[in-house]
Amino acid sequence: MSPVITVSGVSKTYKSGHTALHSVDLEIARGEIFALLGPNGAGKTTLISIICGIVNPTTGTVIADGHDVVRDAKAARRKIGLVPQELSTDSFETVYATVRFSRGLFGRPPNPAHIEKVLRDLSLWDKRDSKIMTLSGGMKRRVLIAKALAHEPDILFLDEPTAGVDVTLRRDMWDLVSGLRANGVTIILTTHYIEEAEEMADRVGVIDKGRLILVEDKAALMAKLGKRRLVLTLQEPMTTVPAALGEWDLTLEDGGHQLVLTFDTKADHTGIPSLLRRMGDLDIPVTDMDMTRSTLEDIFVGLVSQGEAA
Amino acid sequence: MNGHGILAIYRFEMARALRTLWQSLVAPVLTTSLYFIVFGGAIGSRMQQVGGVDYGAFIVPGLIMLTLLTQSISNASIGIYFPKFTGTIYELLSAPVSAWEIVVGYVGAAATKSVVLGLIILATAACFMPIHIAHPGAMVAFLLLTAITFSLFGFILGVWADGFEKLSFVPMLVVTPLTFLGGAFYSIDMLPPFWRSVSLFNPVVYLISGFRWSFYGQGDVAVGISLALTLVFMLGCLAAIVWIFRTGYRLKA
Repeated sequence: MSPVITVSGVSKTYKSGHTALHSVDLEIARGEIFALLGPNGAGKTTLISIICGIVNPTTGTVIADGHDVVRDAKAARRKIGLVPQELSTDSFETVYATVRFSRGLFGRPPNPAHIEKVLRDLSLWDKRDSKIMTLSGGMKRRVLIAKALAHEPDILFLDEPTAGVDVTLRRDMWDLVSGLRANGVTIILTTHYIEEAEEMADRVGVIDKGRLILVEDKAALMAKLGKRRLVLTLQEPMTTVPAALGEWDLTLEDGGHQLVLTFDTKADHTGIPSLLRRMGDLDIPVTDMDMTRSTLEDIFVGLVSQGEAA
Repeated sequence: MNGHGILAIYRFEMARALRTLWQSLVAPVLTTSLYFIVFGGAIGSRMQQVGGVDYGAFIVPGLIMLTLLTQSISNASIGIYFPKFTGTIYELLSAPVSAWEIVVGYVGAAATKSVVLGLIILATAACFMPIHIAHPGAMVAFLLLTAITFSLFGFILGVWADGFEKLSFVPMLVVTPLTFLGGAFYSIDMLPPFWRSVSLFNPVVYLISGFRWSFYGQGDVAVGISLALTLVFMLGCLAAIVWIFRTGYRLKA
């Protein structure tokens, strides 16, 4: 499928001399949910700001739905909605007025029915006449989303959408994102919450120190890097892994009380049955067994620490 | 052209003025009325006529100009400075609106407010003394031109300012003194020759002179020069704004 966003060789060096992005290339497919993961200061917001036209790239180009975001800015921007990370709102405006303003600003004729729908979807309809300053942080976040959706964008950027948001609102937001996706909206989100990417995203990009270090289908990433662990709790603690068990990838944890087997989810043999047989032969009693699989978070932490070691 | 975008900005700015109707309208009207009472009534009755015009009536164009200048600058500068301060400028920068559409929205609203205010002050003045307008067409033209020019100037100031001090610095320490020394309360012909020559370097002299000419058919300088210099100043402001948007100066990283 043709990409809806193509980022080619985009770098950004700020006036201070700080290089926030090093030649990033990225393609976002139409209708997908793409999660951009990375630690603080990795360059997530800079990348989003460049695509949305708030920050000028130092080098490179961005094409959004066929339009260059710099040379053909107006056409590109009409397609894009942005929910910023900061809760920047017009305190003295009412919810309804600010959402109506956003729609007009993005060049759309008034459409009260659409605005009502957006406000209802975000549970803001009852608050439509309230001044924004009277709302809670979570409600302000909803207002920012409503503003971004007011002009019916085809591409929606959510920069840390659930930062500082309670569990209920986070669930609501996930539902909203699924609903938008069902309507064909492409969604790019940045997040600290790995479970959010794991729950919603089709593809995941990991950015660290201004470099996109990985872009992968989420399922493929999980399969490729996903390790499983078999944790065997021993009746008698060990000081070293017995030489007789040398052919398995084993480590001792919890002061020798746990013997941990790490294996690849894709491998033909996990090695579990043979290990258990051998341990039976060696008369090593096991009191408990537990299996865990790595989450995106483990993968992510692994990737970022690899980058630091390099 | 993004007409909906221009209208959205314009309406947003006008709504901001209506929310603060008290500060926006009542305060300037009250201040100006005090000027009329003090200068027009109390002192003016003891002053001789200036160029055949009663002193009270003579100061009306200058007072309207004073309000027009300060209000245009403060309206437009706060209009663009505040989104920078609160961070809501992200939306303006990511919206499909061109530089001139943004300027038309903000400057149009700021100029509208100051013209309305100027007319209200004119009406207030008419309650205190008989006002005669010799050239109504020219009067309206000067009113609009000055409001637009100084709203453009205010917009530049709002983009340039990175703190509230800078925002009030220019109106307080530059515009108000220039207006007072620009002949709002006197004709520069009353000054000794040296100070009269110095005054001719003050751009506000030309604004007030031209505006006063539209009321009483006489000014300190020829009306053509007033008009030409106002237009030059306006073009200068426009050029600065073009540069701001080309370079992203203080708006974009």
